[in-house]
Amino acid sequence: MDDDYILQLDHVVKRFGGLVAVNDVTFDVKRGEVFALIGPNGAGKTTLFNGVTGLLPPTSGSVVFDGREIAGTKPHQVAKLGIARTFQNIRLFEYMSAVENILVGEHCRMNAKLWDSLFKTPRERREEVEATERAMELLKFVGIDRWANSYARNLPYGGQRRLEIARALATKPRLLLLDEPAAGFTPQEKVELMGLVGKILESGVTVFLIEHDMKVVMGISKRIVVLDHGEMIANGTPEEVRSNPRVIEAYLGKQH
Amino acid sequence: MNWLRRAISTNPRKDRDAAVYWFLVVFAVLFPLFAIVISGGSPSFWLSFMADGGVYMLLALGLNVVVGFAGLLDLGYAAFFAIGAYTYAFLASNHLEVTPLQTSAHVPFWIVLFVALFVAAAFGVMLGAPTLRLRGDYLAIVTLGFGEIVPRVFKNAAVWTSGVNGISALDTPQLPFWIQGPWSGDSFAFVTNLKIFDPLGYYVIMCLLLLLAIILVRNLQHSRMGRAWAAIREDEVAAAAMGVNTVQAKLLAFAIGASVSGFAGTFYGAKLSLVSPENFTFVVSITVLVMVVLGGMGNIPGVLSGSLLLYWVTFWLLPGLPETATNIANSFGLTSLTHTSGDFPGIGEYISRLKFLIFGLILVVTMLVRPQGLVPSRERQQELTKGTKDDTIIEDIQAEVG
Repeated sequence: MDDDYILQLDHVVKRFGGLVAVNDVTFDVKRGEVFALIGPNGAGKTTLFNGVTGLLPPTSGSVVFDGREIAGTKPHQVAKLGIARTFQNIRLFEYMSAVENILVGEHCRMNAKLWDSLFKTPRERREEVEATERAMELLKFVGIDRWANSYARNLPYGGQRRLEIARALATKPRLLLLDEPAAGFTPQEKVELMGLVGKILESGVTVFLIEHDMKVVMGISKRIVVLDHGEMIANGTPEEVRSNPRVIEAYLGKQH
Repeated sequence: MNWLRRAISTNPRKDRDAAVYWFLVVFAVLFPLFAIVISGGSPSFWLSFMADGGVYMLLALGLNVVVGFAGLLDLGYAAFFAIGAYTYAFLASNHLEVTPLQTSAHVPFWIVLFVALFVAAAFGVMLGAPTLRLRGDYLAIVTLGFGEIVPRVFKNAAVWTSGVNGISALDTPQLPFWIQGPWSGDSFAFVTNLKIFDPLGYYVIMCLLLLLAIILVRNLQHSRMGRAWAAIREDEVAAAAMGVNTVQAKLLAFAIGASVSGFAGTFYGAKLSLVSPENFTFVVSITVLVMVVLGGMGNIPGVLSGSLLLYWVTFWLLPGLPETATNIANSFGLTSLTHTSGDFPGIGEYISRLKFLIFGLILVVTMLVRPQGLVPSRERQQELTKGTKDDTIIEDIQAEVG
């Protein structure tokens, strides 16, 4: 057990029938770093995220979060333990306002019982006010507070990506998984995103991201793991990964 | 009194929901007077009619929690209504003496109301548990099955429920104490255990039950749990990933929905003094579902006005239609129309045969004119105008990157 590591994957395997989507992957994420997971399409990156967050538990292997085995834990319990995520293809609650989306994220940190909600006890009212204030702060934090009362689906694309990050932060995570946060962003937006990730890191949240854009990945991450066809083919600093022949092969094909 | 000032200063154009609430309150208060006027001094029928209508409003309110808030299509809602009614029948009549128990209970109406609430909620959880892995159509089929099973059990477990005959002579609700006076046509007296026979009594009880149910359900909608339901309706996977215990939230939706109909069932049994399996058929489930959809799924004022309107159509307008048609024909001097001639059975009978066609037409036309429901929620209104406004641009961008 090492206190420096917030997430430790050990021989994680995920099979779908005969297909091995993630094969024997082992790596650790250090507390307080930006850790990136890259690889060509279909390499098993999102499957790995699903395994960590409990949406599709791994077939075998262990996932240790903060010294605690979480493989096979239900998604809502994983969120409560302190892992939050965003989705590759944005999954907001479309017909809820931006504020309400974030309030759902705060759900697992709120204490109102059924009785409190039914009778609007003072405690519940206070909690609702506090939660809404915190939601507004989070909207400001990611820079979309002017759309607080718009439906999530009516936000511009970049706003939706940011709202998803804010919603994930609302669960008060210690580890934030971002699934291709810069997909579809303009170069300007990518720079802003890198700034936002920096701010998140400063607030004490470890960031673990999947990203295709090499500029973003090389710019913000300390360490990188490369997956190809479900297997880990490299693990190291951006420089090490960039010069690794197997990575070059996976991305550009074999040299003849 | 801040809320009062806010309530009075609502602008009906801007806040349609508040306007509907106001209308319902005023309607509920003025209806007894109105009933006296139109009936020429004997409002019993009308008050009783509206008290029964309140039962449907309660049912619609409860079903709305399951279907409108949490997005779980429930086609067997009448089952919980039946469970509520039979709870009262068992706990407040001599019936249990003829069952193997051989002792009867006479629990006061007011207590059974809350007992039935918990009994129905428990059955709500029992139905909810096996359906948790199901979605959409599959869920609907299972709930449909439950809705068919429950009345059948009451019908066939004759040792306990006396089968098709149902259970009759249920206790009349009593007021623990009451002050008599000129207002009830008596001299001044302090009475205890006054039996409620006056339809006005039932009308008032129903109004209070509705008020209670509306306040509680509304509080729940604007709470942590209400948002969790909405999140599950929108995207169950994302909701779970954000820390919503979807299993617990869905079971709670079933339980809360069922408990409201436990209220309705107890009231129904007590007022009719009779329960029979015939009163809780599939038609009841569907009628309530139509009320919810037609009124505006997920929006409490919408569901209330939808149920009120549809109750009036199904239980007053349509049954009275043959008579109305005959009267109209007579007043135009077309008396030949009112008699049987050849294949033509007379206008009254003819219209009576067309009743369901007319009902269907009313539903189809309403849904064509107002597909979002009479008083829709903001979400539903948006959903139906999807793609017709500028927000299509956003989708185009998404299509490009996705």
